[in-house]
Amino acid sequence: MSQDIFVVVEHLRGQVADISYVMLAGARQLSQNSGGNVTAVLLGHNAQGLAGNLAADRVLYMDHPALAEFTSDAYLLALESLIKEQAPRAVLFGHTSIGMDVAGGLSVRGNLPLVTSCRTFGNDGKFVSQICGGKIMAEGELPSPTALVTMVPGGYKSEQGQSANAPALAMATAPALDGLRMSVKQYIEPEAGDVDISKEPILVAVGRGIQNKDNIELADELAAALGGQICASRPVVDQGWLATSRLVGKSGKRVKPKVYLALGISGAPEHVEGISDSDMIIAVNTDPNAPIFNVAKFGTTVDLLDLAPQLTEKVKQAKGG
Amino acid sequence: MKIAVPIKFVPDLVEELAIDASGASLDTSWLRLIINEFDDHAVEQAILLKERSGGQATVMAVEAEGVDDFLFTAAAKGADQLIKLTGDSAGANNHALARVYAALLKELQPDLVLTGVQAHNDLDGSIGPLLAEYLGVPFVGYVAGINASGEKVIARKEYPGGLVAETEVKFPAVLGIQAAEQPPRYVAYSKIRQVMGTTKIEERPLPELDSSGGATVSRMYQPEAAEHAAMIEGGADEAADKIIGILKELGAL
Repeated sequence: MSQDIFVVVEHLRGQVADISYVMLAGARQLSQNSGGNVTAVLLGHNAQGLAGNLAADRVLYMDHPALAEFTSDAYLLALESLIKEQAPRAVLFGHTSIGMDVAGGLSVRGNLPLVTSCRTFGNDGKFVSQICGGKIMAEGELPSPTALVTMVPGGYKSEQGQSANAPALAMATAPALDGLRMSVKQYIEPEAGDVDISKEPILVAVGRGIQNKDNIELADELAAALGGQICASRPVVDQGWLATSRLVGKSGKRVKPKVYLALGISGAPEHVEGISDSDMIIAVNTDPNAPIFNVAKFGTTVDLLDLAPQLTEKVKQAKGG
Repeated sequence: MKIAVPIKFVPDLVEELAIDASGASLDTSWLRLIINEFDDHAVEQAILLKERSGGQATVMAVEAEGVDDFLFTAAAKGADQLIKLTGDSAGANNHALARVYAALLKELQPDLVLTGVQAHNDLDGSIGPLLAEYLGVPFVGYVAGINASGEKVIARKEYPGGLVAETEVKFPAVLGIQAAEQPPRYVAYSKIRQVMGTTKIEERPLPELDSSGGATVSRMYQPEAAEHAAMIEGGADEAADKIIGILKELGAL
């Protein structure tokens, strides 16, 4: 077996996902401990052009028509064969809709240990995972012989995983990708919605702490007074209280407003991922231990239901006077 | 169509979490457990599918405080069969739970298994993909919306930014549910009480647990933020004044 660190590059419809670069940065640190190289594994069909700026010692590219669109079935077969042949020290996946679909199956199929939600690696090569909505960190030795790891963003900057020089490209032979049990029928674009929250300078965001649909109005009035827009974390959208076009975070939009006023949002990593480019985050949450306070500049533990109406009034006064 | 939903209880994050004396796991003595919210959505999705296309829905859980109530509630919503695995599951990771559920599901032979796409305390993968592989069936995760017909389903698989890939999967299959097509429904307590009188929870002994396939945690801790928010003291009135000041300074007012 080798001491190399493999990164399974995530890409969708001709674009490399940001998490791929984050993983390459993590892999670089891990390789310094293991003493191996960093290999970017690119699976696709006519997709070698995506290898250009990957900060890896080499890119292993596997081309097959069945890899044109992501399916866990085809990826499992391709990666199972590659890992068996190359026996790397670790294989990194995104903790995403792609990586999570594959890593579990590979763990069982190849009898390989799996660690998920890893945020960083220590200089000693330990994994450091972020669990319980960002409230708990768990660390330990990277299991042997080949550890499968899914990574969350936040620990490394994606620029660290990009390179101006194209890495060496080697072809990997695709195994027979027969008997696939799934196929992508079509992609459906998200509904555009009436506003594009990713372009708004002032956002009032609501989370689970808003409690019920009627209270949304409180946040809406505040947003209106501020001349901003309302947006939400996943639980609020899943309840059907706001449209999907207002969703911020991993499964929604990444926003970069001047002011992000987070009302009743706990700050789970999936949400924080979408707001880290905000200039100023002000958080309102009754739980003093809510992880949102670790990314906010200012915070208060007063109840948002008390605060929002008062703040709306004061904003109106300030604007009127 | 036969649908099965294996669920998992997780620590309630609203409560304060503490690390135990070993320094490597959560202190469970005061821990309040609740349903993994994605599993709650998986149950709702199963009921919706059953209502649309007919069939049978089975909900299964490992013994924990509050599990009986959750199972009876699922029955009140429309689940037909409730199974509880009894015994000590302390220290079981998802590989162990997936092995246990796989053994049970091989016996039940469902067409479709729905699980929550993840749980916040997963550290060795989520249960769905592990389970699929132990059963030797395909897995699609991050699903929000299912159309089932004949021998296959079309699953709406979500990607970042709200992009959806409609993915066709043959039965039998395991799907990881991100969100049901509608929020988990509310059922009146009177209806749950009624179900308690007529529905039985089938109990099975928990087989020996095999947690191999995960990693060993040597240290667990609460993260110390590099920077913590400056906390505004006082009540709503003071907080509102302070926020107004911040907004003015930023030129947002």
